[in-house]
Amino acid sequence: MLKKRLIAVLILRDGQVVQSIRFKHTNVIHYDPVHAMEAFNKWSVDEIVLLNVSRSAESRGAFAQSVEQVSRHCFVPLSVGGWIGDAGYARDLLTKGADKLALNTAFADDPELVQVLSRRFGKQCIVASIDVKRDEAGETKVAVDRGTRLLEDDPVSWARRAQNLGAGEIFFNSVDHDGARKGYDLETIKAIAESVEIPVIAFGGVFTWAHLLAGIEAGADAVAAANIFHYTEQATRKAKSFLANAGVPVRSEGQSLAQAAPATSKIAS
Amino acid sequence: MPRLGVVDYGMGNLRSVLNALNEVGQEAALIAAPEEVAACDKIIIPGVGAFSEAMANLRGSGMDAALQDYVTRGNPLLGICLGMQLICKKSHEDGEHLGLGWIDAEVRHFPPRPGLKVPHMGWNAIESERDHPLLADVAPGADVYFVHSYYVDCADARDSLGVTEYGIDFTSVVGHDNVYGMQFHPEKSQHVGMQLLRNFATLQ
Repeated sequence: MLKKRLIAVLILRDGQVVQSIRFKHTNVIHYDPVHAMEAFNKWSVDEIVLLNVSRSAESRGAFAQSVEQVSRHCFVPLSVGGWIGDAGYARDLLTKGADKLALNTAFADDPELVQVLSRRFGKQCIVASIDVKRDEAGETKVAVDRGTRLLEDDPVSWARRAQNLGAGEIFFNSVDHDGARKGYDLETIKAIAESVEIPVIAFGGVFTWAHLLAGIEAGADAVAAANIFHYTEQATRKAKSFLANAGVPVRSEGQSLAQAAPATSKIAS
Repeated sequence: MPRLGVVDYGMGNLRSVLNALNEVGQEAALIAAPEEVAACDKIIIPGVGAFSEAMANLRGSGMDAALQDYVTRGNPLLGICLGMQLICKKSHEDGEHLGLGWIDAEVRHFPPRPGLKVPHMGWNAIESERDHPLLADVAPGADVYFVHSYYVDCADARDSLGVTEYGIDFTSVVGHDNVYGMQFHPEKSQHVGMQLLRNFATLQ
């Protein structure tokens, strides 16, 4: 039986792992993404997403280096995203060990790039990163450019469009829920999951294990979190136990990886 | 000196396979030219992408013939994901295409099943059909990472070493004489995957 996936997200700003609160990134959590990743590797996480939220496109080279360092020790699927604006850079990230490319702004500004990458590397390689934000009227709209630019489009039609352009998966986040500790935007996740054929990854707002379960119940194929996994020892293993006890099929293997050398994680004060 | 070659034919994520082999202490090198095949005593064909393009690349470089010689001499070869499909007789992906033909099997699209998305993507269990050194120290029902829309349909059930359920029971580990295949990505399947790669690397 296919398992529901538990995904850890590492948000990188200028090479450091940062906390994300409504898409603002002020607190550094880890100075070294490799150490953070090694902990997840040990704690039976099913997949890792590495996002570059640096403000400047000049961060691209350094981020690619981070991808290379992380991938060397990452033996679960690795998705990477942020500032992927051309096919050359996309190829570079894959060559450095990424398995999937998460594209966000390209779906608005350069849909042809999405199609080209999907044809060249396969749909399974293209993740549509869809961010939403409530506008002044309280309507949930799609946001791009790291949440700064609000589009007129509604999330469901945007998700369908992403699928048609060649996305193999949707990585959903909400600016309003991100880091807000109140759980996922379940309503929008449910609406998207019911309207597309491709898997949906829920992200943004997890503060309790019950929030993960709610994401699965809303129809997500995979549930992701960032901040909470950094602050709790053995977090991903505890999260999995919780889901398993609630009757969700999860991968229970991976635990014997604990015999690997303990990662010396540097927690920023 | 024993040498493990990973075939580079322009398809898929070779870095992941090399990283994983390195993790289990196996020195491996990319091989792209037919003359590099003879120096190997273990070969892996990885791969992600379209079957017909992959076969065209292997034929275009003459790699298909070199690998045929290698396999005929009785050397172990492992196909991963698309690589497992390439070692079969025929694929039905976008028409009909002949493969390398070492496994008597046809590659078919998953039949539509309500509620089951294609591609089959994520962690799923392998149940071993029988004892085989390739599956040594892998617990029954161990989860591994899959991403595929087509599966290998064996003509001879004895070639099916491991089976996975996704709407249907399909062969996820195949083996015939010295030729093996894994439909999932061992290089992305954490410690279970590392064990499987170690098993292949140390096959006698």
